[in-house]
Amino acid sequence: MTPLTGCLLISALLFAVGLGGALSRRSAILVLIGIELMLNAANLNFIAFWRYGPHPEALTGVIFVIFSIAIAAAEAAVGLALIMAVYRHAKTTDLSRVDSMKG
Amino acid sequence: MTVPFLILAAITLAGAVAAMTLRKLVHCALALAVSLVGLAGLYLDLGAQFVGLAQVLVYVGAVVILIVFAILLTRGDEPPSPRVGRAVGGVVISACVFAVLAWAIVSGGAAQGASAASLAPISDIGHAMMSRYILPLEVVGLLLTAALIGAVVIAMEEKRRTK
Repeated sequence: MTPLTGCLLISALLFAVGLGGALSRRSAILVLIGIELMLNAANLNFIAFWRYGPHPEALTGVIFVIFSIAIAAAEAAVGLALIMAVYRHAKTTDLSRVDSMKG
Repeated sequence: MTVPFLILAAITLAGAVAAMTLRKLVHCALALAVSLVGLAGLYLDLGAQFVGLAQVLVYVGAVVILIVFAILLTRGDEPPSPRVGRAVGGVVISACVFAVLAWAIVSGGAAQGASAASLAPISDIGHAMMSRYILPLEVVGLLLTAALIGAVVIAMEEKRRTK
């Protein structure tokens, strides 16, 4: 197994774990954690392809991951603010009980 | 596939599984921190020092703390009896996705040049960000500003209405 294959397999496992958690847990915060894990799996793919790709001196993967981390920080801030707003409104973060659009 | 790489990968995956399976939300957030630190170690092992350190600073230092604050502010406790059907469905779907991904990875041809240890010097990253990627950098700064203002507005909406 080449190192690139190993990196990609680990990244796929991380993505699957995040996806399984995001689909099966009921707390909104845990769903957000699962989404963060999936995003990090994508970042690991970028770094692996940059490291073992044909042009590692181009720095494309590294720059992309840096921007991706910045956008993930913004996403986490807005997502948690939305969770706080939903909690103030519905008094719960249980996604299976936040099911009404009005009232 | 060196031994440190495998150890770091095991830490990352164990932290991720713990973050998705533990009962208490605070434990989940701390397991997420472990997983992100392991991932930062993987970045360092792959030769991307700046990304690894940024990962520790941004994710472990900011995002996990933000999640812990959100957990404490919402006093979020997941109800003790999650529906079994939903959990099984999520696990089955994620297993199918992983199977497809793993099949594609293993069967796909590994077109790689097996480059030597070519690290990314931080000065090169700085030069690239200040010359070639200056426009995306400015856009990301604008996005972060907008996201912070938007987060404050969203979180303060209820208080403004009661005034």
